[in-house]
Amino acid sequence: MQWGSVAEFFAMGGYGLYVWTSFGATALCMGGEVLAVWRRHVAASESRDEL
Amino acid sequence: MSATGINWFKYSSPQAFYPLAGRMIPWFTAAAVGSIAIGLYVGFFVAPTDVTQGDAYRIIFVHVPAAWMSMFLYVIMAMWAGLGLGLNARPSFMMAQAIAPTGAMFTFLALFTGSMWGKPTWGAWWVWDARLTSELILLFQYIGIILLRSSIDDLRRADRASAVLALVGVINVPIIYFSVRWWNTLHQGASVSITAAPTMAGTMVTAMLVMMFGFWMYSIAVTLARMRCVIVERERQPSWGKQASIPDVAEAR
Repeated sequence: MQWGSVAEFFAMGGYGLYVWTSFGATALCMGGEVLAVWRRHVAASESRDEL
Repeated sequence: MSATGINWFKYSSPQAFYPLAGRMIPWFTAAAVGSIAIGLYVGFFVAPTDVTQGDAYRIIFVHVPAAWMSMFLYVIMAMWAGLGLGLNARPSFMMAQAIAPTGAMFTFLALFTGSMWGKPTWGAWWVWDARLTSELILLFQYIGIILLRSSIDDLRRADRASAVLALVGVINVPIIYFSVRWWNTLHQGASVSITAAPTMAGTMVTAMLVMMFGFWMYSIAVTLARMRCVIVERERQPSWGKQASIPDVAEAR
């Protein structure tokens, strides 16, 4: 492992902002999509039961 | 179909597909979570710092898998669209409909993470080079297909119109892929190819490929889940008439 400390890990050799924004955006998009599909499933199931 | 022995069309009916997809989703989810966890571990703790790009290169572990999925999902979506047009099969159109949003999301992520990588390495968030421009066009194609579908009320016409648009647009995928060879681009060439040795360290390639597999499994899981939503939503359409709901039929089996 090349990281001497936790701070060094988060700094990413000075590129921390770019690296963590990329991984954060990816996590946000994928998590958001799962949430959206889940809510769509709940909404679809509920409206089906109303029929 | 009875003469052929195996009924290959058995699972192509929404009634059979709905419970099957429900059983498959947890497995693909587990595969996605597991491989993304391994990929992140190898990517951040095993793969060394790049000599020329420093740690900024680690964006590759989300950028390349997202870009790959954006192109791969488009081809799969276009294949389902073409199958739907050829066989006039409603489930094929529904698969194409279920894939489109995930493809659009990965296209956005490929562009966004690419921008995050471009700034520290090229000094620019965006350049109008062939690879970036054709990938941006792919995002517009996905958005166009989704909007075209939602703008037509008649489901059958919406299916066919968006399928034609998806099929015509597939020409852009080889353009994106070969753009780094056909034009003199700022974007670097392929890091991994079938014919040549990888241009990266072994652990870097491993992390990237494991992440790619994870994104692939994620795409299958989320597409199947969306397919189930589409089935239930379409069931309510008047064209289906009065019949037992698919989940009810599935539970009765």
